[in-house]
Amino acid sequence: MTADHNADDFKAVALSLQHARKYFGAVHALEDATITLRKGEAHALVGENGAGKSTLVKILAGVHVPDSGVLEIRGQQIRLNSTREAIAAGVAVIYQEPTLFPDLSIAENVFMERQPTRRFGRIDYPTMERSVEEILAQLGIKLDPRRLCLGLSIAEQQIVEIAKALSLKAEIVIMDEPTAALSSAEVDRLLAVIESLKRSNVAIMFISHRLEEVYRICKRVTVMRDGRYVLSDATSNVSQDQLVRAMVGRDLEIRSATSDAPTGAEMLKVEHLTEEGVFSDVSFSVRAGEVVALAGLVGAGRTEVATAIFGIRRYDFGAVTVGGKRLRRGAPLEAMRSGIGLVPEDRRQQGLVMEMSIARNVGLGSMKKLSHFGLLNSGRENSLAQEWGARLQLKYGRIGDSVETLSGGNQQKVVLAKWLARSPKVLIVDEPTRGIDVGTKAEVHRLILELARQGVAVLVISSELPEVLALADRIVVMREGRLVREFARKDATEELIVEAATVSGGVAA
Amino acid sequence: MSTAIESSTQPVSASPVVPAERRATSLILRAREFGIFGVLFLFVLFTSIAQPRFLSLQNIKFILIDTTVFALLAIGETLVIVSRNVDLSVGSVLGVAAFVSSNLYQIDPGISIIVVFAVGIGVGLACGLGNGILVAFGKVPSLVVTLATLYIIRGLDVLIVGGNQVVANALPSSFLAVASGSVLGIPVISIIVAAMVLLAAYYLRNFRSGRDLYAIGSNPSAAQLVGIPTSKRVLIAFVISGALAGLAGVIWASYYGTINSTAGNGYELQVVAAVVVGGVAIFGGSGSVVGAAIGALLLNTINSALYVLGVSAFWDQAIAGLLLLVAISLDKGIASYLAKVLRGRSRNHGA
Ligand SMILES: Nc1ncnc2c1ncn2[C@@H]1O[C@H](COP(=O)(O)OP(=O)(O)OP(=O)(O)O)[C@@H](O)[C@H]1O
Ligand SMILES: [Mg+2]
Repeated sequence: MTADHNADDFKAVALSLQHARKYFGAVHALEDATITLRKGEAHALVGENGAGKSTLVKILAGVHVPDSGVLEIRGQQIRLNSTREAIAAGVAVIYQEPTLFPDLSIAENVFMERQPTRRFGRIDYPTMERSVEEILAQLGIKLDPRRLCLGLSIAEQQIVEIAKALSLKAEIVIMDEPTAALSSAEVDRLLAVIESLKRSNVAIMFISHRLEEVYRICKRVTVMRDGRYVLSDATSNVSQDQLVRAMVGRDLEIRSATSDAPTGAEMLKVEHLTEEGVFSDVSFSVRAGEVVALAGLVGAGRTEVATAIFGIRRYDFGAVTVGGKRLRRGAPLEAMRSGIGLVPEDRRQQGLVMEMSIARNVGLGSMKKLSHFGLLNSGRENSLAQEWGARLQLKYGRIGDSVETLSGGNQQKVVLAKWLARSPKVLIVDEPTRGIDVGTKAEVHRLILELARQGVAVLVISSELPEVLALADRIVVMREGRLVREFARKDATEELIVEAATVSGGVAA
Repeated sequence: MSTAIESSTQPVSASPVVPAERRATSLILRAREFGIFGVLFLFVLFTSIAQPRFLSLQNIKFILIDTTVFALLAIGETLVIVSRNVDLSVGSVLGVAAFVSSNLYQIDPGISIIVVFAVGIGVGLACGLGNGILVAFGKVPSLVVTLATLYIIRGLDVLIVGGNQVVANALPSSFLAVASGSVLGIPVISIIVAAMVLLAAYYLRNFRSGRDLYAIGSNPSAAQLVGIPTSKRVLIAFVISGALAGLAGVIWASYYGTINSTAGNGYELQVVAAVVVGGVAIFGGSGSVVGAAIGALLLNTINSALYVLGVSAFWDQAIAGLLLLVAISLDKGIASYLAKVLRGRSRNHGA
């Protein structure tokens, strides 16, 4: 073991970035970033939302040229002026946000600009599709390479991105939160792929807010805070607590989250909700002051039920009642007026207007409250956004900056803020802490519980069981489009929930 | 620290997912072409009942030659629209190329026809280059650029033409034969342009630079990330559109014989309508040249039908506008339906 360890220390350096600095106008995205990747090794990069991880990634990808700093690849000093040059230098990147072409097939997305060709430069579609089929099989995914990317779920989009990076057969693979949108089975498969990449001597940089993944596959970890390098060490030398402290820069107070708020009248009632082939006969209710979690596998139909309740998706039968008033189906405006708020799963696409300012995005949900005789009061809009920004530890330059300039996790926070600021009567949150750093996660939990204490009926969809157990008063489990089990918090354990979500023929409650 | 729930890897439905979704997609895409042919058929049917002259060989030939001119413009317009741009200057480019090229015969009656064609294409190419540079490197929206050049080029055309115009007498019969020559009743020029359409379709489907245009139109920032030279591609699309408009101008001159400064007036709307009716998405990323050419055929058949039935030519524009509207709303419907179908089919993993 020790011999092994020593041998690893001599692994060749594949890439090193020293003292990189990158400013965007007044925003100091990177002050002093340093990282060294070795061949055949997975290296984790961790830090809070806005720490500068993705900016570092984009420097290695040739998207941004650093203001200063030295980049070496295989011992050669190099300057990457474009993504083309980075690809040529053997660097493959999976960006935090999927960058796909919806109108093109999966195969074309994977091989764009590198399509295999026949004589006279004609694209060899059969070969291309076969290679993509192989890569997808390696990832254990059943997707037709000829299918358009239009309509792929975020998880599927992420998988296409991963396939793209693998197809490059690059010596350096950089993954910016590749697991954020994946279910744990998919995560397992990705981690297995990373293992095999390690064996073929590829250097990997892995970014994730889920520290247990970091410990599972990464030999080394580098921590960044406010654009600066904080520490870099073998994962076996740092405990999770030390890591979190290094990321946050202080001791994290973990407040135990409990909502023992008295529950009130039934606020949301869902009866026999059915969409042919997607979900069927879903009935449950949420009382004022209560948090109900919708648990289940990714793909069990939870998001579909949530969007059907909100009226974005049509259902075939059933009824949704809010505060005693029945909602028409397929009428999201009516749903909003009756007091439902929905924080969608795919926030970037469904929750934000990227070109608009942070303040406007936060204020979008509360236009009525913010305007006088139909005129928007931007002073009030700004102070509302600032207030929520502070509560969610939003990291931004100016409140008037466009949301586009925020880090991925901070964009998520803006969507949360938008719906929380609306003071809804019924709040549906789909994956509330996806992409959000450890420090803020606890804060988001606290906010949700506080809302419940104020009498809001909350429905949480989450694939993370500790989150479900920390938040919910009641847990409703879905499997293959049906409700299969309901638990009170005191009766629920992770094992029981997993069992209900996976074992078919289980006891139906 | 956090455990996620295991997801099942089994598809929710037992039915094979792949063929069903492909069938749905191709059916929807084919429905578009069936739709166009259906409308075309109905139009031909009703018009020929009301006015049998409509189906005369002569009239069919007129329709084909008109379609030929528009199909040429539609090839270029498709390249441009697929890349999420638009070229509104094609009508003006056609006009100026038509005059400048055919006017050469007034200057030197013995000039070679090859020079005439080269000049026409060259004039168009230069206009396209100007558009392309402003859009691709000046980063000015193409709508703004080509709306401006629509008027600028037309203005230049009026200046150049001045009081004189080219009349058929001044043109040698060899030049007039370009548009009128036919085999088995089909104009030769139509056959050539049909071949060009197929060639363009093959190119767009089978060459990287062709696929790049779709990628650019589908997601411009992602196109940049994968290393597509987006500015260069967009520039080339505009240059081709210009050159084809120039070529269309020469053919137009040969066909009509009388060329003044109104040649090609208002064609831009008709061409955009034809392209969009033919299934090219107005916001880029999808559609085919063949579809666009079929769209051109539909539009010209309708125009001819209106003419034969004695309806004022004023209605041409109105009909083109109406078709454009119908096609775009249809597209939105189809796109969201397609997205829904595809989303529904991929439920085996991921929510
Ligand atoms: N193009 C840009 N213009 C202005 N500011 C930017 C731009 N890109 C990033 N920033 C800023 O740089 C900082 C670092 O952002 P970065 O995306 O690198 O964070 P991150 O560590 O990846 O965070 P997360 O975990 O949320 O993804 C943020 O404050 C962000 O607002
Ligand atoms: Mg990031």
